[in-house]
Amino acid sequence: MNTIAKNKRIRRKIIDYIFTILCYLSLFLGVVALSSIIITLFVKGINAVNFRLFFENLPPLGQVGGLKNAILGSVMITGVAIIASAPIGILIATYLTEFPSKGKLGSIVRFINDILLSAPSIIIGLFVYSVIVTVTGHFSAMAGMVALALIAVPMIVRTSEDVMKVIPNNLREAAVALGVSRWKITVFVIYRAAKSGLITGVILALARIAGETAPLLFTVLNNQFPSSDIFKPMANLPVVMFQYALSPYKNSQELAWAAALIITVTILVLNILTRLVFSRKRKIT
Amino acid sequence: MFKKITKSLAVLLLIVVIAILVSLIIMSWPAIEKFGISFLWESSWNPVTENFGALTAILGTIITSFVAIVIAVPLSFCIAIFLTQIAPKKVSAVFSQVIELMAAVPSIIYGMWGLFIFAPIMAQYVQPFLINTFQNVPVLNFIFGGFPMGIGVFTAGVILAMMIIPLISSVIRDVVNTSPTVLKEASYSTGSTRFEYVFKVLLPYCKNGILGAVILGLGRALGETMAVTFVIGNSHGFFQGLFMPGTTISATIANEFTEALGKINPAALIELGLVLFIITFIVLCISRYLLKKGSNV
Repeated sequence: MNTIAKNKRIRRKIIDYIFTILCYLSLFLGVVALSSIIITLFVKGINAVNFRLFFENLPPLGQVGGLKNAILGSVMITGVAIIASAPIGILIATYLTEFPSKGKLGSIVRFINDILLSAPSIIIGLFVYSVIVTVTGHFSAMAGMVALALIAVPMIVRTSEDVMKVIPNNLREAAVALGVSRWKITVFVIYRAAKSGLITGVILALARIAGETAPLLFTVLNNQFPSSDIFKPMANLPVVMFQYALSPYKNSQELAWAAALIITVTILVLNILTRLVFSRKRKIT
Repeated sequence: MFKKITKSLAVLLLIVVIAILVSLIIMSWPAIEKFGISFLWESSWNPVTENFGALTAILGTIITSFVAIVIAVPLSFCIAIFLTQIAPKKVSAVFSQVIELMAAVPSIIYGMWGLFIFAPIMAQYVQPFLINTFQNVPVLNFIFGGFPMGIGVFTAGVILAMMIIPLISSVIRDVVNTSPTVLKEASYSTGSTRFEYVFKVLLPYCKNGILGAVILGLGRALGETMAVTFVIGNSHGFFQGLFMPGTTISATIANEFTEALGKINPAALIELGLVLFIITFIVLCISRYLLKKGSNV
């Protein structure tokens, strides 16, 4: 009897031991695979980074050149998209938190926002193609901006709502008691209290759309030549990555890796900065 | 006034989502009209004869996502358990940050890594090994059949798994973190091991939340475009084994849309997009339901 109990105890211990090892192993596997991506990116990308990259425009496939116009194009497209979507997203979130409606509109909007958030980005691309590219008759940077804004808005709505929801009601009540009007309460009390959270949300949305490729494929397309006309196709880093990485030329693949490095470093820096700057501030308030 | 502005923007969001659905239906109307409902189970995809069916793309989407889930879920679960139950607080905080940062890396980077680094490794080591191992086993020798080319359905599934591991493990971690400490104290005080606590107490308790996390990951995998497009090989042949090239809905659209000519071809591609939109919508509803139910416990 005693030995059976003892055997059982040993078996339980062994199973537990194996499970613990599996947990360590999974983390190890995950970290190895993920760090392999980052290491590859830096090794291949840094090899391709040179002086030319920032001062020359896109070459035709297979030839040497730089990424100047693609970088400028990406900055412009994502910049306009985020500047347009930040106020829209924050205002929609304001509606959801500050003006809780008696009807069902609030929960419907929340649900719709979730749909937009989970919609594959390529669907957004198809939609913008259908309503803008087919109507105007050609690909344009503007269509890309709209597509990216449509991806950023639901993200900003979600994060802003989460931040404004947890602001204590005392603040609102105190302001109302002083006779402040609703919009002043929102702008001068709520937004100010939620500032760091709102900015974090916008920056994370910016980081997300900076690397989006699928919605740009049929909206902005690509353009070898420098252009600042938003009604024409414009060079941009994600589409350069897609087209040049899949080309058989070594020069072009190197350019694609350089573009990948630039974008990923930008995104990681944005993410790390928001963590360092804003997580500390939030603890104080 | 201020309220009206915010309200009208909220309504605008509603209109946009309806507009997406309506415009996709209008743009794909020529294909819907021509092929009807049989579009969903026809497998031919021929731009020359203008005969289109979605079955291969739908199946490819489901199979790659299935492979991704099979690989990603156990790994993510173990990672989440490591972060919440095993690692000391500081170690856990560091790895949590790293995993969250990986979720921010754009999917096209995963795709490029898959094509240039991972596919050659698959072709040289993993695929020959699996093909040889299952050579004489019925059924499995079909599933793990094909040539060791590196790219293909299986590789796409693995890349997708890597993409969704950060997402699933961080959601499971959050779900597990909300479970009451009493559960843990009670089960350890009755002498159970960590394995027994995790699988007999924690898992049943967090069941819905974890399932919600898994389905959230599934939704991401189903709609992913760039990571898959690079490594799947874009072939419309019917499923011939995991190591053969295939295609998914999003990869088909990304590869063929700008080159589609005539009226029927673009319409068929947009109808594919419509199917994908509906699939991800259903998946979203399920995950919302489960996560909500999980948080109510």
